[in-house]
Amino acid sequence: MQPAPAPEAATKMKGADILEEALVREGVEVIFGYPGGASMEIHQSLTRKARIRVVLPRHEQGGGFAAQGYARVTGKVGVALATSGPGATNLATPIADAKLDSIPLVAITGQVPTPVIGRDAFQETDVVGFSRTLTKHNYMVTDVNDLARIVKEAFHIASTGRPGPVLIDIPKNVQQAHTIPNFDEPMDLPGYRPPREPNPAQVRAAAQAIAESERPVLYIGGGCIHSEAHDALIRLAERCNIPVVSTVMGLGCFPSNHPLFFDMLGMHGSVYANWAVSRADLLIAAGVRFDDRVTGKVSEFAKHGKIIHIDIDASEINKNKPVQIPIVADARLALEAILALAKPKDHRDWISQIEEEKKKFPYKYDTQEKDILPQFVLAELNGLIEGRNVIITMGVGQHQMWAAQWLKMRTPRTFLSSSGLGSMGFGYPAALGAKLGRPNFEVVDVDGDGSFLMNIQELATAYAENIPVKALILNNRHLGMVVQWEDRFYEAKRAQTFIGDPNNPEQDYPDFTAIAAACKIPGRHVTRKGDVRPALEEMLAARTPYVLDVSVKYTEHVLPMIPAGKTFADTIYE
Amino acid sequence: MRHVISILVQNKFGVLARISGLISARGFNIDSLTVGETEDTKISRMIIVVHGDDPVIEQIIKQLRRLVDTIKVMDLAEGKYVERELLLAKIEATPAKRLEILQIANVFGAKIMDMTGKDIIMELAAEVGKVDALIAILKPYGIRELARTGSVALARGGAAQVQAAAGATASGINTL
Repeated sequence: MQPAPAPEAATKMKGADILEEALVREGVEVIFGYPGGASMEIHQSLTRKARIRVVLPRHEQGGGFAAQGYARVTGKVGVALATSGPGATNLATPIADAKLDSIPLVAITGQVPTPVIGRDAFQETDVVGFSRTLTKHNYMVTDVNDLARIVKEAFHIASTGRPGPVLIDIPKNVQQAHTIPNFDEPMDLPGYRPPREPNPAQVRAAAQAIAESERPVLYIGGGCIHSEAHDALIRLAERCNIPVVSTVMGLGCFPSNHPLFFDMLGMHGSVYANWAVSRADLLIAAGVRFDDRVTGKVSEFAKHGKIIHIDIDASEINKNKPVQIPIVADARLALEAILALAKPKDHRDWISQIEEEKKKFPYKYDTQEKDILPQFVLAELNGLIEGRNVIITMGVGQHQMWAAQWLKMRTPRTFLSSSGLGSMGFGYPAALGAKLGRPNFEVVDVDGDGSFLMNIQELATAYAENIPVKALILNNRHLGMVVQWEDRFYEAKRAQTFIGDPNNPEQDYPDFTAIAAACKIPGRHVTRKGDVRPALEEMLAARTPYVLDVSVKYTEHVLPMIPAGKTFADTIYE
Repeated sequence: MRHVISILVQNKFGVLARISGLISARGFNIDSLTVGETEDTKISRMIIVVHGDDPVIEQIIKQLRRLVDTIKVMDLAEGKYVERELLLAKIEATPAKRLEILQIANVFGAKIMDMTGKDIIMELAAEVGKVDALIAILKPYGIRELARTGSVALARGGAAQVQAAAGATASGINTL
């Protein structure tokens, strides 16, 4: 981006133009915005100035997820723009999603003019009211003189401390009001002081615990990616020979081909990762929140040892799991501080025990199966993308867990999943934003047929905006994860989990390649195992958007599995 | 255990909704909540009285601190503090009982704010326990209406917190 030219001193500007200028000053390159009556002033300004690319999604939810995709791959703040009322409520899901996964997002919504607020005007909704608990912070701008400062505060809050979504609601008459803006007005946030540096005494305690530990495990998550703790993690793990396990949010942060990496832990994590955590005498939890999908029965989780918990959000400490050594700090700074005190250690026995478990209980599927298994497709894809500049996005469900198991990411910000909120429909729009954030990466949305259908309208965005992202649909005609729970816990009774053609249940439905073709996007429908690899190669080679619809068996279960609220001892492996 | 939580917040619209929403959304039960301006009109003080186990209170305080608009959150129960509540009580006071009621008011140091042929309104500013005691004693006479403010409280001694907070506001500094 070029630095913004300073506007002429003492010139009155329109609210919408002040917003545009403030966004340029924040370094915004792209906005995902769907116009309407209460936000068109802003679109007019953005288009007239032509300094920020405005991508038109085909649904505000798609725009919000695209902004998240951009934020997740760049680490910068993603920006979504919507009109009042339904435009704003359609952003609710991506905003809530950004809150749970701590993604920096600024959502801007138009609002009805202040004189009619509270009168049930056309497309009026109490946006600051409904978004209060979904956001890290939110604003309604009632005075155009506050606008420049509020934009600065919003970006600061979204991107510092524990990142998160901030919403700015701007009534139309404020967008149209004129004033002499002061872009240098200081922020007014006396109570906002996110921690950064770790407490030295806690760092010493952590280093001591590591020195005394015989069976340590590093449990890493999204906070390590947000804080760019990648290198510090590798150095600490290597110096002290500490095995590493990751949440879904942390995948990619530690190289999957590293000998100290033992894959994902949790409900569908590897047996060896969960085994290691259950046997550890020290758990070093960095940028994680002891989510129930990770811990199972929390009182039994990692109960044989001490826990060091590094998190930038003090309210995470002791929230789900009491810990002995809390460190409230930026994860990278905390890990670097510990590294400075850590002496080399050898844990050969401990690591070889975990390797033994890995040999006994690897991730597996029936490679001899004649039909196409979803795990086979992903294993093939992994073979084609390993070591390449590829970003994977995904929806929510079985395909998401299989992607987490079978796609071996090596660099941070390459594995994008709606992890906390679990929003189906995340994958394809997130891929659009990811591609704009990192154009040199191949971006593939690994999706389920259910999830893909939830934001399928974004195919039109991909074509119209010329964003060449790929969709790989593992099509099992079912809501597979719910089917799996029906099989395990509800005597296999199907309750609204079949989403194929009731009159022809074996046939894939809807015809995704036909929908893609209607959007002028090429694609291929694969039903034979032998066609999978060439089709994947064709998809990856395409210079345009591409939809690869692969018909897979619906009877597969994601394993291993620790049922909700249970412990490692209850692991289902077969 | 009973906790008296003092919160300094930026005096902005929506801040009361943020705090009460946070507490209700997490299922915490509030005994009382008061809010009013401090000596600096840009900063308000809220006093929340709440019962809960230590881990629950720890979570409430951390969640309150996490809000962008909160400047300082203290659990006053950790130290010495002064706590007062204001009571207005309208008591049935027929001429026959009036003298008795006035004597009770006198003992408690309550002020008489209004007197008609039928009733008396009295005011008491006191510790919560004393307010409770007065209400208990007045009950047999017939309480027509009652209004309590909930507790306000200040820590004893210590530094001037609002001034320190106001200094941070004026300089616009965000110490990261």
